[in-house]
Parts: sequence; C-alpha cells; structure tokens
Amino acid sequence: MVHKAILSTVNCQLLTENWKLETGFKMDITQPMPRTETMLLNLGPQHPSTHGVLRVLLELDGELIVSADPDIGYLHRGIEKLCEYRTLHKCMPLMNRLDYLAGEQNNFGFCLAVEKLLGVEVPKRAQYIRVMIAEFTRIASHLFWLGTHGHDLGAMTPLFYAFREREKIMDLCEMVSGARMFPLYFRIGGLAADLPEGFMRAAGDFVKSFPRRWKDYDTLLTQNEIWKERTVGVGVMNAEEALDWGWSGPMARGSGVDWDLRRDNPYSSYEEFDFEVPLGKNGDTYDRYLVRMQEMLQANRIVEQALKKIEETEPGDIKAKDPKVSLPPKDKVYTDIAALINHFLIIQDGIRPPQGEVYQCIEAPKGEMGFYLVSDGGPQAFRLKIRGPSFVVLAATDKLCRGRLLSDLIAVIGTMDIVLADVDR
Amino acid sequence: MGIEEKLGYNILTTTLEKLVDWGRKNSLWPATFGLACCAIEMIVTAANRYDIARFGMEAFRASPRQADLMIVAGTVCKKMMPAIERIYEQMPEPKWVIAMGACATSGGIFDSYAVVQGIDLYLPVDVYIPGCPPRPEGLLYGILKLHEKILKDPFITKQYQERLQLRRVEAA
Amino acid sequence: MNAAVELLQTKFADEVVEVVEFRGETQITVKPGRIKDICLALRDDPETSFKYLSAIAGMDYLPQSPRFGVVYHLYSHKKKNRVALKTLLKDDVAPAIDSVVSVWSTANWHEREAYDLLGIRFKGHPDLRRILMPANWVGHPLRKDYPLKGM
Repeated sequence: MVHKAILSTVNCQLLTENWKLETGFKMDITQPMPRTETMLLNLGPQHPSTHGVLRVLLELDGELIVSADPDIGYLHRGIEKLCEYRTLHKCMPLMNRLDYLAGEQNNFGFCLAVEKLLGVEVPKRAQYIRVMIAEFTRIASHLFWLGTHGHDLGAMTPLFYAFREREKIMDLCEMVSGARMFPLYFRIGGLAADLPEGFMRAAGDFVKSFPRRWKDYDTLLTQNEIWKERTVGVGVMNAEEALDWGWSGPMARGSGVDWDLRRDNPYSSYEEFDFEVPLGKNGDTYDRYLVRMQEMLQANRIVEQALKKIEETEPGDIKAKDPKVSLPPKDKVYTDIAALINHFLIIQDGIRPPQGEVYQCIEAPKGEMGFYLVSDGGPQAFRLKIRGPSFVVLAATDKLCRGRLLSDLIAVIGTMDIVLADVDR
Repeated sequence: MGIEEKLGYNILTTTLEKLVDWGRKNSLWPATFGLACCAIEMIVTAANRYDIARFGMEAFRASPRQADLMIVAGTVCKKMMPAIERIYEQMPEPKWVIAMGACATSGGIFDSYAVVQGIDLYLPVDVYIPGCPPRPEGLLYGILKLHEKILKDPFITKQYQERLQLRRVEAA
Repeated sequence: MNAAVELLQTKFADEVVEVVEFRGETQITVKPGRIKDICLALRDDPETSFKYLSAIAGMDYLPQSPRFGVVYHLYSHKKKNRVALKTLLKDDVAPAIDSVVSVWSTANWHEREAYDLLGIRFKGHPDLRRILMPANWVGHPLRKDYPLKGM
C-alpha cells in the first residue's frame, strides 16, 4: 500500500512534466497526493506487548485506529473437549492452566462447581485455607499485571519491584504443595493435605510487609505525570455499557458497577470476611489501575483475617466426610482393605455425581469466571463450559480503541489484563 | 608452554573456533517467544530473583532478525504453527532452539485436535527442558547445557570438510 | 418462585417447556422460536431486569434427538437473581436459532464460539465466522462425533 502511494506520486510527476513539455500547461504539484486508503496492520501473534499470542488486525489511518479486530485461537488447546474424556479429578490440572497467572483460582471455581453438584459440605478449615490461597493468587495476578502493564507503557521499574513480592507468594505456594505456579492443592471435597509447618509464620510475615511494599508501587506510578498522560481518558466505558458487554470484576468496577461476587453472591465462607470493594468513576484505564491497586490491599486484609480464623479451627479437618468423594487417610489405606478398595475406586473409576447441571461462578482476578458443569451420572463430565472473563472483555476492544492512537491500543490491552489461555481455552 | 612463554604475560593464544564459540555463548539473545504458561516462568527467569542477565541474555529481542536463540515456551497450536515457522526462518544463522516445557517437547497434557505434539515435528531442537512449567532454575540449567553445546560447535572444521569434499568431487 | 419463571409463565406461557430447580438454581427450558422476544422481555421488564448475560453455551446431546441446544446464563444485578435459559433446536443436521446480539452486545463472541465449535448458526448475527479454530478448518470440534485427536 505504501509503495502504491509513492508510485502514484511519481506517475503524477511524470505526467505533469509531459504536460508541461507538450502543451505548456502547469499543474500545481506542491500539494502532496491525498492518501485515501487506510492501512491494514497486523499486530501479530508474536509481539512483546500482546501478553501472549493475540493477533489484532488493525485498520489504521496514519496513527488513528479505524477498526481493531482481535483474532484469537492461537492458544486454543481444546480443554473443554479434553474434560469430557477424563474423570473429574483428572480435569484439575487442565483447569489450573486456564488463567495461568492465578493458578489455583480456576481450580477453586471448578471444585466449588463439582461440590455444588454433589451436594457435599466442605469443612470450615478447608474453606478458610481456600480463601487464603485464593487471595494470595489474586495478589500474585495483580502484581504480574502491574509489572507488565507498566512495562508496556514504558515504566520498567515497577516490574522488578512487583516481581520481588510475587516471588514470595510463589514461595508460599511451593511450601504448600511443591509447585510454584500451579499448586493443585485443592481437591473435590477439600484440600489435598493440611498446611505444612512454618507456613503460618511465613504467611504472617508476608502480610505484615506487603503494605509497605505496596507503597513503593504507589509512589512510582499513581501521581506520575507520564503515567497519567498515558492512562487518563483511555479506553472509557460507562457502567451500562459495561454490563451490556458482559464486563465483570475490576473492569466493571472501574466503570462504577458496584458488584463483587465475593460480597454479593458469597461462596466458600466469604460472607464471614470484612473487606471493601473499591470503585472507579470514569471507567478509564487510570481508574482501573487504581481499583486493582486497592484490591491488592483488600486481598491482603482478607488474608490477615483468614490467618486468624484458621488458627481457631481444628488442624487436620480438611476433607469432606463423604467416603464416596474424599480419599480415605493414607495410614488406613495401607492397613485396612475397605479403605484400600475405596481409594482404588475413587481414583480409578472416579466420582459419580448425580445427573444434573450447575453453573458456579467465582470472582477471579480478571472478573467472573464461570463453570457450567453438565453431568449425566457418569464419572466424566458430559459437558464443561468455561466462561473465561478475558474472552468476554477482549470482545470490546474495537469499541474501546476506535478513533484513538495506536499506542492507546497497547494501554487498553494492558488494562484488560487478558490471559490468552483464558480467552482461548 | 611453547610460544606463549616467549610472547609475554598479556597475550593469550587460542583457536579462532574456540574464541568465536565463547563469544557466541556468552551473549545469546533470545527472541521473545512466550506462548503460554512457560512464558511466565521465562519472564520470571529474566526478572530480579533468577537473573538471566548474569549469562548475558537479558536482551530479549522482539524482532527475530536480531535474535539467535528461540525459546519455544508454551503450547504450540496448529493455528500458530505457520507463524512459528516464519519466525524461525527469519532468524539469521547461527541459531538454536530450546523447547521449554512439556507442551513444546511433546504436546504436554494436551493431546487434542488443536495441539502440535511437540515442536520437534517442525523445527530442529537443540535442548529439551521438561517440566510443567519448568522451574526457573530448570530453564537456567537447560541454557547452560546449550552453552556447553555451543562451545563444542565445530563450525570451521565442518565447512572446511565440506569444501574439501566439493573440490574433490570437481577434480574427479 | 423465581421472578423470571413468573414472567415467562404469564407472558410466554406456551413457550415454556419445563422448569427445574436444582441445587438452588433455576433452569427454564423454552422453545427456540421466539427466543429473541423472551430475552428482550427478561432484560427490559423491571421485575426481572436481566441486563447481564454471563455466557451462552452450545450443547450437543448426541444420543438424544433433538441433538443441539443452547443455554443462556443470565444475571440480574438489581434483584440478585440468576437463571439458566435452555432451548433445544429443532434441526439435527443444520441447527439454527435467532441471534440475541441486539439484546446483549456480549453475545457476539459467545455465539461465534458456539458456531465455531458446534456448528450452530445464529440468524441475524452481524459477523458469524470462526473464532477459535483457523479459518479454513473443516468440522466442528466440540461435537460428540468428532474424535478427540482430530480428523
């Protein structure tokens, strides 16, 4: 397209010179040829600031975006179909890899969906530990978002500060289960094992030190002139449109929608915790940044309360009492034949939920993550539909970026906090 | 010993091959090729705790034309495969490929209709790093193994052999 | 009783096929013919006020006939009410239903995904093309007769 424009100017000049030679007619060639075509630019699947394999087909008029069409599916792994061929427990590693920045939150939603279908009651200690791990992963996800969003817009320093804290959370996850990003600590009916020794002290240290560290990120960015220039007024969505486009979580709260699934539709004993829900006013990138920063502090507050509540419960009481759902304790499995058979059947055959369907959603760090689980009575799920929050948020890219500059698209992709495995599943 | 005794204390001798290999391994520049979850561990390796800059590799080039190492980190899907091949062809020689994680090595836990079961079906891989995701120390160990492989790279002798063979064929 | 059930039984009484309450959730099965009017009523009526569409799930109940279905999950912020609206599509070979993009804008991508993975056509959709699979892919992967490892 570019060389066509150059050729047309060259031809124009040759034409005018011929005119001059033959007829003495003079054409004014001081004005450049107006370009009447837009340019199609591919913000390709491999790009440092698309946070993964996202392709955006941009129609540009100079630097202004005429239309932006996201092309997804470069990380579609067929997780929904894979879950139809596995027993419910074996789906859990797949679930972890959905929103890979907040590994255990996805499993939280899935385990809650299966427990709702089974009608199983999880003991209080397991519920509090689940809340604590979920809030830790929320802080980890927001820290990663902060680092990469800042890095995209040119602020490279907060990345290293944020990753310092994120490493401490990864250490806590590793203490609990052995793996950093995907702990796989939750089980259907409770947890895999109780908290190890030293965890409560390490978690308490983190909780005490986090607000001071948070002040570091706040000082670097919140009142920063350049940050405000790049983010105020970019990607604006008002409250009704946000609901119409299916936004939830920090994206909707930045636009003023006062909705938090933990407070309004509580699950897993969130109603016993005391926390605030930060709201934005203008629905632009800066407000969403402020909302997510405050959410990190509120998550820290929830963890502090959870640590106190966990100490009041009885240690070891972490699995539901239903023998068809929870694995029996290991020492019984090695000595008692009935427990051995039970263990074998649960692992080999799988849990058989009753026929029916449920929709369970949780407040994931990116928004409302929903699991629509349909069971036909067999050990495998008949259909598992995963409602990923990033999928829904990315659909509104065209609306947010139309008529704005190309660099605003980068700010918008950063603020949407998309994880491509959540978009593509 | 020998000539080095006579040259003086501030002159080192080596072969050209060893010198070039040492230079190449000490500043490998990876192309940003994070696809999925392993990319997060790759970014963490480049961050402050597991600093990859001590190996000279903190310059992750966005353009493949300036990179010489492609760390395929994450699941390779069939839709993404043409883009990966194009990027591999855009990298100049010498280039190396590390398959990081279970998904790049062999498809990982996703044996479904949309996933390529291992990047080595399409690209020549030098080092495979298992794990889901591999720990940052695992990635660093794989990179050190690649450094060992680069140090043994016989680029001069191989070309000389090939040219010699060609001359022999022409003469005959 | 759920406000959505009341609304549908008064205004669209002959469209409602079945109402199921399971584990505290309401699932209403309706006929697919007037799905757009039903969704508009559910969104605009002040008693129900379902202004938020969580997800649209395409379903394939293969051994059964009718084979294909669509499930809409709706949520009302004002009434803190959640409902699952299910329909079964008549045609087993070329399933089609009206699109609800004009009711909720978020339905755009959900319907594209249902078309891509299951082959359900949405009449009136502004831009119905594949979204997750490559554009030249043949077949609809999430159908029950599509093999897991691909063709």
